Amino acid sequence: MIDDRPGAPPFWSAAGFAQGVRLAAPAMPVMALFGVAFGAFAAQKDVTLTEAALMSAFMFAGASQFVAAEIWAHPMTVAGIATLALVTATVNMRFFLMGASLRPWLGGLPAWQTYPALSLLTEPGWLIALRYRAEGGADCAILLGSGVALWLIWIAGTVCGFLLGALVTEPQRYGLDVVMPVFFIVVLVPLWRGPRRAVPWAVAGVVALVAAQLLPGSWYIIAGAVAGAITGGIHDERA
Amino acid sequence: MSALEPLVIAALLVMAGATLLMRAGGFWVMGRVPLTPRVRRMLEALPGSIVAAIVLPVVAKIGPAAALAVAAAAAVMVLRRNEFLAVAAGVAVAILARSAGV
Repeated sequence: MIDDRPGAPPFWSAAGFAQGVRLAAPAMPVMALFGVAFGAFAAQKDVTLTEAALMSAFMFAGASQFVAAEIWAHPMTVAGIATLALVTATVNMRFFLMGASLRPWLGGLPAWQTYPALSLLTEPGWLIALRYRAEGGADCAILLGSGVALWLIWIAGTVCGFLLGALVTEPQRYGLDVVMPVFFIVVLVPLWRGPRRAVPWAVAGVVALVAAQLLPGSWYIIAGAVAGAITGGIHDERA
Repeated sequence: MSALEPLVIAALLVMAGATLLMRAGGFWVMGRVPLTPRVRRMLEALPGSIVAAIVLPVVAKIGPAAALAVAAAAAVMVLRRNEFLAVAAGVAVAILARSAGV
């Protein structure tokens, strides 16, 4: 977990950027694969190659890009843009919470060092940074380095996927549909700090499961995450 | 490659702006909320909670093959601490489980 007490004061260096690129290496195949999957998906929808590549470059947020490609239409209308904006904000609301979770670590740094890195925040990049921080690291350029590396892979994967198009028609056969949950579980393991600290996770998971049945779209992620955070807040450390 | 309609460019920029607002917003807001011990505990519980809230419903939706895949990946990760191996094991278990009719 993010914990300032044992951690050194934050700083920012070129060496940290390079280390961020290296730490992102294990996540790159998965990122490339997701990029290919998005590109292939977009190719089957009313999205051009330029549009798909620009979505990946501008948004860098897979789940919301899938939804956007699904409802993308030519000619584009103002009502269509409003829908896209709302859907994008909702699906990407988890970034809001991820950014909040980085405050204790990055809070002391000047804005020009934190916001560029935050603008490339993704799940793998965030998890890489969390793990690095949990192991005692303090160099915030890790976040930017991994972000830039994953961003470039994501765009390249999108273009390749679009061109390969119809090759990924049966994602289940190759186990591609389980890649996302598997990747998340793998990065959860290093965050383990004993069963007491995992109580909020269990609450978050159960609330999300129930919320997924009751709420539309991706709201269950927000509901579960907020429930977990509140549990963590009322859970007394010494009890 | 085709020329982009002005409204398509507007749509791309609006989506980019909405995403950026989310990425920067949480961090910005937390800078304006005092970091009491309780807020700190909430933030500490947040990362694992987000992961659990994303994973569990997806696993439930995909079914038993995903549950087996996730369990296998977690086991490999605990034993070997190798992300690459763990993801590969998870995907392999899913493929095997499906070919076995799970």
